[in-house]
Amino acid sequence: MNAPLLNVQGATKRFGKALAVDGADLQIERGRKLALLGPSGCGKTTLLRLIAGFEYLDDGRIELDGKVLSDRSTFVAPEKRRIGMLFQDYALFPHLNVSSNVAFGLAKGGDRKKRVDELLDLVGLNGMGNRMPHELSGGEQQRVALARTLAPEPIMMLLDEPFSNLDPHLRARVRFEVRQIIDSLGMTAIFVTHDQEEALSLAEDVAVMLSGRILQVGHPEDVYVRPHDRRVAEFLGDANFLPGTSHGSYIETLLGRVETTAPAGDVELMVRPEDLRLAPGAGQPVQIVSREYYGHDQMVTVRLGDGLELRVRTVAGPSIDGELGVEIAGRPIAYPRPTE
Amino acid sequence: MAVISGARLARAPLLTGALATLIAAAMLLPLAYLVIRVWGAGQEAWDVISDSRTIETLVRTAWLALTVTVASVALAVPLAWLTVRTDLPFRSAWSVLLVLPLAIPSYVGAFAFVSALAPQGLIQDVLEPLGVDELPGIYGFRGAWLVLTLFTFPYVLLPVRATLRGIDPSFAEASRSLGKSAWSTFFRVTLPQLRPAIAAGALLVALYTLSDFGAVSILRFDSLTRVIYIQYTSAFDRTSAAALSLLLVALAMVVVVIEGATRGRARYYGSGRRGEAPPVALGKWRWPALAFCFAVVAIALALPLSVIGYWLVRGFEAGLSWDHVREAAVNSAYASSLAAVAAVLAALPVTVLVVRHRSVGSSLLEKATYTGFALPGIVIALALVFFASNYATVLYQTLALLVFAYVVRFLPEALGATRSALVQVNPSTEEAARNLGKRPWEVFSRITVPQMLPGISAGWILVFLTVMKELPVTLLLAPTDFRTLATEVWSASSNAFFAQAALPALILVAISAIPMFVTVLREREAA
Repeated sequence: MNAPLLNVQGATKRFGKALAVDGADLQIERGRKLALLGPSGCGKTTLLRLIAGFEYLDDGRIELDGKVLSDRSTFVAPEKRRIGMLFQDYALFPHLNVSSNVAFGLAKGGDRKKRVDELLDLVGLNGMGNRMPHELSGGEQQRVALARTLAPEPIMMLLDEPFSNLDPHLRARVRFEVRQIIDSLGMTAIFVTHDQEEALSLAEDVAVMLSGRILQVGHPEDVYVRPHDRRVAEFLGDANFLPGTSHGSYIETLLGRVETTAPAGDVELMVRPEDLRLAPGAGQPVQIVSREYYGHDQMVTVRLGDGLELRVRTVAGPSIDGELGVEIAGRPIAYPRPTE
Repeated sequence: MAVISGARLARAPLLTGALATLIAAAMLLPLAYLVIRVWGAGQEAWDVISDSRTIETLVRTAWLALTVTVASVALAVPLAWLTVRTDLPFRSAWSVLLVLPLAIPSYVGAFAFVSALAPQGLIQDVLEPLGVDELPGIYGFRGAWLVLTLFTFPYVLLPVRATLRGIDPSFAEASRSLGKSAWSTFFRVTLPQLRPAIAAGALLVALYTLSDFGAVSILRFDSLTRVIYIQYTSAFDRTSAAALSLLLVALAMVVVVIEGATRGRARYYGSGRRGEAPPVALGKWRWPALAFCFAVVAIALALPLSVIGYWLVRGFEAGLSWDHVREAAVNSAYASSLAAVAAVLAALPVTVLVVRHRSVGSSLLEKATYTGFALPGIVIALALVFFASNYATVLYQTLALLVFAYVVRFLPEALGATRSALVQVNPSTEEAARNLGKRPWEVFSRITVPQMLPGISAGWILVFLTVMKELPVTLLLAPTDFRTLATEVWSASSNAFFAQAALPALILVAISAIPMFVTVLREREAA
């Protein structure tokens, strides 16, 4: 395994009494794109600001390319880190035109104009150099910000909720374009987002952050299908939790026996709604509680005989009347049951 | 918690922190020196303070402040309601005219009233052939109360009007739907929401009255400021002047504390809807309402302006030379621009510290820089006269000391402007500039300052215009023979050379009208 380009170890940051980042560990290899995913307030933006050098670490260490950027005794000023940051609100300088914004981080002398033109070309804004930021649409502003961040050739890039200020119908397209530009440069990047869909579709790796800690890093599919932790499962998509008893090689649940290995004892079984099958006569009989219809599919809430409610995702079909039952169709994950 | 805040302040850029601390300390200098001086005088100072004449003056001053404040509120609240919430004819004209008395500095107003209403004044001359031997006296409490009320009530009118415009009509509608009459709705729902605005305006009026020197002097009312000045100039009793100054500051502090206490705990929220409710139809009450507005504008605006105009014409007819006015205008403009530049420069480090590095320490610094707000001009001037004559004789009677005094007095105005400018600068633009490889100083000069420019120039203009009409500081600290427009008006009207006061007075009114117009325009935009 290559040495990581960015290495964050035990990063800790307090604001007053509140622990914003609580010993977070994160590694990213050169050229990888990682999504840092977490609910608002989980500390992901603070972690990003620690990496960029806008906050001081209280504990831990941040290294880039083998050199220490921050620890308890070292602090490299943000302007010396060469870590580009794309701000959530773009942070375009309102008193400078597009060209001057892009040229801002370029060294004096050299062929600044040529470089600016190249960059505007790269982001598809050639000919817009004389516009002022307020004359641009949201998507265009974002592309100027991207060109400006790329101009001084940063070692890596940080993107703070880069698409959250865009209209939903624009978002997917802009996301794709930004991803392409970053890919074409072989840039290492961390995207911060609270949007699971964005994280799962955008990045090669996903890091899930909850209450100041990074709980799991992995391929998007891996993190979704095999969450390490009940909290990760709950945060990423819908999840049902079924009580069960593990006998080592199988688990006994209300929905029958599940073949999976887990240490013997009380467990909790995480089943995604799409891993449950709802059909006449299947598994355990259930009653329908409610139904949310989405067009391409639907989410049906059902109640088992003992009162436990489950959410089942099924293709929208006519056949959910009559004597319905529910059964496990996918491969659930077992967690030790929290002791009361 | 305190430890954390200390650590954050330590991380504020060293230079900014040091500059801001220095500036805050300089702002506290006059008050601190006064306290030390009075403390040092010991028994002598105590004798002055406990003297029955001092107590009488104190009570007289407080009574003037109270009655002027009450009268201003009584005048301003109905006027605000009439011009915002009713179908009063010519509403928008009244809205502008009723704010304009604020453009007449109170000593100019006092000059106009004295020259018109004094025995052997203008109106007496007109009425004498009709058999009127004597007008009600203008000198003393009655005149001071009238003049200060007429020229300060817009301080209450403006915030009350802004609040009335912003009040969510749903509150009043809810009250009506719950069975309350229009009258009881006004008192139980609308008026309580106006309370913070009334308190804020009343604070300004009370502080203005306490610190006013020109009007009370011209109208010969012995309030603290006038007594202090007399003690200083005629009796040369410095301990007494210092002790009385400290009493005046204490009185101003009491006012500030009272205002803080009346703010109460309620917070006012709207649901986002703004004054869309149909205006109240006045019906036959329209006529008395119009008469009321007309009377206020006639007395507070038309009368003083016509008096000034009359004396101006008389002066021209008498062939008065206006050369001295040109000299005074140049002096005023020169000192005011220096003071405005100094105030804005002093405001910048404090603003950066307060807005970008919030902590217990920085908010204390901010409070220190606001002392000038509650410090009457005459107090600042006296303290600096004493200080310079004892410790810095080179500075005594120099332009530098005069400018410094102006900065102490008016730094809050510059701070208000630069502060709101910096609050509007997106901090992530500064971070982006750091991120793109620029050092903090470059970021400040290339990103922060250019974005703050409108606020910085607004602050400069505001301080410039305010310093132009400042009287007591100029009177006490100006270099010998450094005459300004304000001192011209004062000396001419104290010596009853009314025609000589007319032109400088008119220039001052015109200059003071500029920010009024801007305020009214902004109000229009907001409406």
